[in-house]
Amino acid sequence: MPATIVQRNKKPFTKMKVDTVTIDIIESALRNARYEMDTVLFRTAMSPGIREQHDEFPMIANTEGKMVVGQFGSFIWGFMQGYDGTVEEGDIFLTSDPYSVNGAISHANDWLMLMPVYRGGRIIAWSAMFGHMTDVGGKVPGSLPTDGTTIYEDGIVVPPVKIYKGGELNKDVLRVVLHNCRLPEWNLSDFNAITAALRTAAARCIEIAERFGDDVFYSAMDAMLERNKRAMRALIRQNVPESKQYFEDYICDDGLNMGPYRIKCSMWREGDKCIFDFAGTDPQSISSINFLLNEEMFKMFAGIYMIMVFDPQILFNDGFYDLMEVRIPPGTLLKPLKPAALSCRTHALGRIFDILAGLLGQGNPDFMCGAGFSDSPHFMYSGYDKNGEWYQLYQITFGGIPGKPFGDGPDGHSLWPSFTNVPNEFLESYFPLRIDIYETIADTGGAGKNRGGNGLRIGYRFLEPGEISIHDDRWLTYPWGANGGEPGARSRKLLQRSDGTEQLLPSKIDHVKVEAGDLLIADTWGGGGWGDPLEREAAKVGFDVAAGLVTAEGAKRYGVVCNADGKIDEAATGALRVKMRAGRGPKKIFDRGFETIDELKGRCKAETGFDPPGQPRFTKWAAVAAEAMAKKKGIKAA
Amino acid sequence: MSYRLGVDVGGTFTDLLLVHEKSGQTWSAKVPSTPADQSVGVLSGIKRVCERAGIDPKQIDHVMHGTTVATNTVLTGTGARCGLVTTKGYRQVLQIARSYVPGGLGGWIIYNKSLPMAPLACTIEADERVSAKGDVVRPLDEKALRASLKKLKLQKIEALTVSLINSFANPAHERRVREIALEEMPGTPVSISSDVVPEMQEYERTVTTVANSYVRPRVDRYVRNLKTKLAGVASDVKLHILRSDGGLASASSAAEYPVNLLMSGPAGGVTGALWVAVQAGFRNLLTVDVGGTSTDVALIQGGQPRLRRETTVGDVTVRASSVDIRSVGAGGGSIAHVPELTKALRVGPQSAGADPGPAAYNRGGTEPTVSDANIVLGYLPEMQKLGGDMVLNRELAQTAVKKVGDALGLGVKQAAQGIYNIVNENMVGALRLVSVEQGYDPRDYALIAFGGAGPLHANALSRLLGSWPSIIPPGPGVLCALGDATTAVRDERARTYVRKFSETNGKEIDKILKGLAADASKGLEVEGVKKSEITTSYQVDLRYHGQGLRLTVEVNLAELQKKGLKVISDKFDEEHERLFTFALPLEHELVTLRSAVQGQGIKIKRRPLAAGGGDPRAAAVGKQKAFMEGKDVIAVVYDRVKLKAGNKVRGPAIVMEMDSTSVILPKHTGHVDKSGCILIYPDNFKAPKRVAAKKSGHK
Repeated sequence: MPATIVQRNKKPFTKMKVDTVTIDIIESALRNARYEMDTVLFRTAMSPGIREQHDEFPMIANTEGKMVVGQFGSFIWGFMQGYDGTVEEGDIFLTSDPYSVNGAISHANDWLMLMPVYRGGRIIAWSAMFGHMTDVGGKVPGSLPTDGTTIYEDGIVVPPVKIYKGGELNKDVLRVVLHNCRLPEWNLSDFNAITAALRTAAARCIEIAERFGDDVFYSAMDAMLERNKRAMRALIRQNVPESKQYFEDYICDDGLNMGPYRIKCSMWREGDKCIFDFAGTDPQSISSINFLLNEEMFKMFAGIYMIMVFDPQILFNDGFYDLMEVRIPPGTLLKPLKPAALSCRTHALGRIFDILAGLLGQGNPDFMCGAGFSDSPHFMYSGYDKNGEWYQLYQITFGGIPGKPFGDGPDGHSLWPSFTNVPNEFLESYFPLRIDIYETIADTGGAGKNRGGNGLRIGYRFLEPGEISIHDDRWLTYPWGANGGEPGARSRKLLQRSDGTEQLLPSKIDHVKVEAGDLLIADTWGGGGWGDPLEREAAKVGFDVAAGLVTAEGAKRYGVVCNADGKIDEAATGALRVKMRAGRGPKKIFDRGFETIDELKGRCKAETGFDPPGQPRFTKWAAVAAEAMAKKKGIKAA
Repeated sequence: MSYRLGVDVGGTFTDLLLVHEKSGQTWSAKVPSTPADQSVGVLSGIKRVCERAGIDPKQIDHVMHGTTVATNTVLTGTGARCGLVTTKGYRQVLQIARSYVPGGLGGWIIYNKSLPMAPLACTIEADERVSAKGDVVRPLDEKALRASLKKLKLQKIEALTVSLINSFANPAHERRVREIALEEMPGTPVSISSDVVPEMQEYERTVTTVANSYVRPRVDRYVRNLKTKLAGVASDVKLHILRSDGGLASASSAAEYPVNLLMSGPAGGVTGALWVAVQAGFRNLLTVDVGGTSTDVALIQGGQPRLRRETTVGDVTVRASSVDIRSVGAGGGSIAHVPELTKALRVGPQSAGADPGPAAYNRGGTEPTVSDANIVLGYLPEMQKLGGDMVLNRELAQTAVKKVGDALGLGVKQAAQGIYNIVNENMVGALRLVSVEQGYDPRDYALIAFGGAGPLHANALSRLLGSWPSIIPPGPGVLCALGDATTAVRDERARTYVRKFSETNGKEIDKILKGLAADASKGLEVEGVKKSEITTSYQVDLRYHGQGLRLTVEVNLAELQKKGLKVISDKFDEEHERLFTFALPLEHELVTLRSAVQGQGIKIKRRPLAAGGGDPRAAAVGKQKAFMEGKDVIAVVYDRVKLKAGNKVRGPAIVMEMDSTSVILPKHTGHVDKSGCILIYPDNFKAPKRVAAKKSGHK
């Protein structure tokens, strides 16, 4: 049963013609309101993931629930289908169940809140926001168990509930939820912060409607959607060919020593419509690396990617959704069936952006970027300190941004919007650790005309016994280079015990016991390079060498001969470049750093210190259930 | 005897305001700026203004100066070649920065990061370590440091910065590194982060200290040069520079900590606006400074400009207090355009600048700008001369604006009205940042507009925000110089002191704040400010333990002594609730303690404007066809100089003066008050009754 919307005022809005200037004014007012939501949240949230790293996403939608400003696309329609109750003035809804909202949020750490904005007894808009809670209970601190096999192990999963009814907080429900989290004060504060942000947006919508009238507000939002659709139609027609483009990429392993997992996608255009088909993607994993991908969210990713590459001026909203169709077979890594575990979906979520780069780039190689820091590696450290107090750190780290047509990729930066690192002095003040190393690693960025950014090295020195978790990827496959650029370096984690022994840690692992004095050297990966490295100005290579971002040895990948201070030997450089040009094959659009997966696995042990992961095993029940579901819908299953 | 001079050096003009301290009489002058050596323009201005006043420059005691030298050094990337010493393991602190990529999802695709102000090739590491509590974990390896410094010397650096991890908790290693550096490279100025900004967060502390080193040689050269030249014409004159936070610094302190001058220019405007508004009886203000390429706005609460703890110039943000001025790329030169794909009307942030400038300047510009729209609308009459002698060409403005009209399917007047409305909306966006978003209701504030183009938009902005009256100050173009001339000497000292409330007490905080105040006062006393004239204010930044934000609250020491830390936590909860609609039942945590000291500003009184009756007809000089709020109207044009106190100027009207033009919309009236301000109110104005904001949220 879908939700019942209760409105005192039954009068429908009148659609009217609104002049351009008024639309522009309302558009900018709504955009400001969306940024104001961020401001309110950042300043009052407690979870460092939200507060310092900005893992949160606000949205304002029109009466029908279509996102007018925001980033991740609207889920309101899906939400309404899954909620069996009424929607009334003063209500605010909360959920953390990805399966109830068709993947609008993709793991239980994300708390999504939604508020109808009423004026004069009618809904004039919706405000919504979700943010990543540091902990929601479950089997490991941080609630992201690598070896979880069902969502029930991840932590408390909140179905869509009315957490404020007519403005009154449902304290009992909140109490139950908080009781299941390890850091309830943080969750409470974050919950309050999101509520405040939603109310801020609501107040702004009401102000706009008061100033221009409900009908103008309603019609202007419609016009904004239409305006976006018009712009996107032109972009799709210009940039998506009718012939099929195909690309695939990998998740290296699942934390249970199986992998790599394949994500496959085809893209083509039929008339105005752009179609993405994930047929051939591997079945859902028995571990927690599944990513329940919401089709609308994927449209948003694809749309934003096109806009950023081709015309960054366009304002983003849901208006163009009719122009895209996304097909994801049920029972796959990207559309797992309940109760598959979802907590460690970050790798697949990130990899989607490399897939997009690969797909959209083939039609316009000049606009293609290298593969990048398409992940958000997590580090967690928890335990009891010497005063018997529980400490728990959850940190997202960064790496190399890929080389791109417009320039080099920054070193040790974030691909995610508005994420920032946590100052190390802040960490050292609040957690029993010291950050002994914080630098990017020379030569880890892929060589190219535009260099990929270097991966980041963090040396964590632990000061109390505790447990750590690591969630990372690209330790086996490389971030590929594009248009002649070379791949970036892999990630690696090394634990140096205080007794002098060393131990390589796998890329995905929980419950690693550490003692005071141990040092973890956590290296993330570099961004792929863009364009022919032999075409990079030798002076730029020399500059990077002098800066310590590339070594003199590493400069040779660019055909540049120089000393350790970056002083270039022009003659030797010229000669080396000639020799390298003559000795290489035709330019590759993609350079993955390997020929076949088997070939890659063959050198895995020698290069990484680990045995290659085994062939993934899949569950039978999911295959059977997916088959049945597909049959019902008349589509293909995994 | 007893004259003080305010000098504001802008991009195009240098404005000067001479004040006779006793009588309050003022003289102003405007001369072209001389960007190659700004002091040339300053000197010629001094000559001009002294001639006007009929005094010898030797009679000037104090010169107060707002300068953009520091800002321009950052913006043009022409600062010193800086070396940097970091803790081992942190050489790339500026390269990594906060790992932040602007521009939303996919923003990285078009983001190219600028190079750090201290090149990596000139950055070395010191083998040492201090813990977050200030304990030495590993002593400084002096031998290795000397070897690295010797190598760094070959890079021919002009300034050196030392920024070590956790130096806010214990500066001993930084100080020792400085000693060694001075021995190894004598003559190279050394800044250490625990001196410049002893606060937590390694990147922010480093970038701030490096920015200080980066601009220091140029600012130092400029200040010394200016001082020498001043000494040539005047005798025994004290030079003060306006700081970003609106206080004055002595020339020597300014040259040592130039990172505090990055907003020196705009801060002058805010203090000038405040001074004028106070004469007219208003202390709660929104200030709007409309320039050629951008508009700067700020909020003044109870006579105090709101400060913030960071300053942003270009893409560099440093930890230095400044008046909370927000800038938006919307000014007279902002270009209007209609993008092909969306068919929306956009204004700015691209600007035609001063060259070629708006189409109407007839200097080769063909793109329609905001000024062109104002001309088409009839707000800038052809008889108005910009900057004294520039003639406006109405036809060229019309041709340019027509381009936008054609793309939108609108007539030329309607298109101009659209441009005017959009640019006003962009300015309102910035005004909301300093008001609504900080929990202040704009309807509780008057709006004061200045800069050449401010008074064209003031009435419209007040109407959008409900901020009345709209104040048009006398001489809107020389307000910054007035601010410079009327400001007091100010300084402050801060210290990061992270403690949960359970770990400290009121007594301890009282002691630290007093110590900081004593430190800060020393500089003022050197400047000749008498101890009895110094007023001190105390602030602490705090948060709930575990939170990332910090809010600043003022502390009254007497109350602190009496009631302890509760005084602070109560204020914090109140502020938290005002800003975010809720408070939390959590422990409070101190972050930063700060003491600010201030000398007395000059108490000049402007001579009151001669009184006249309500009828302004004697000042009318003509009539002008104009287009206001979508309708053709006939506006009466007035000469500002002829207006008398008590005159009521009914809209639609246009008021012209030497460096500015004001628009009064239909159904509004400008009341000329005795301080010379025009106060615009709607004809049906009723002071709004304020209901206390509804409080909500979970407690």
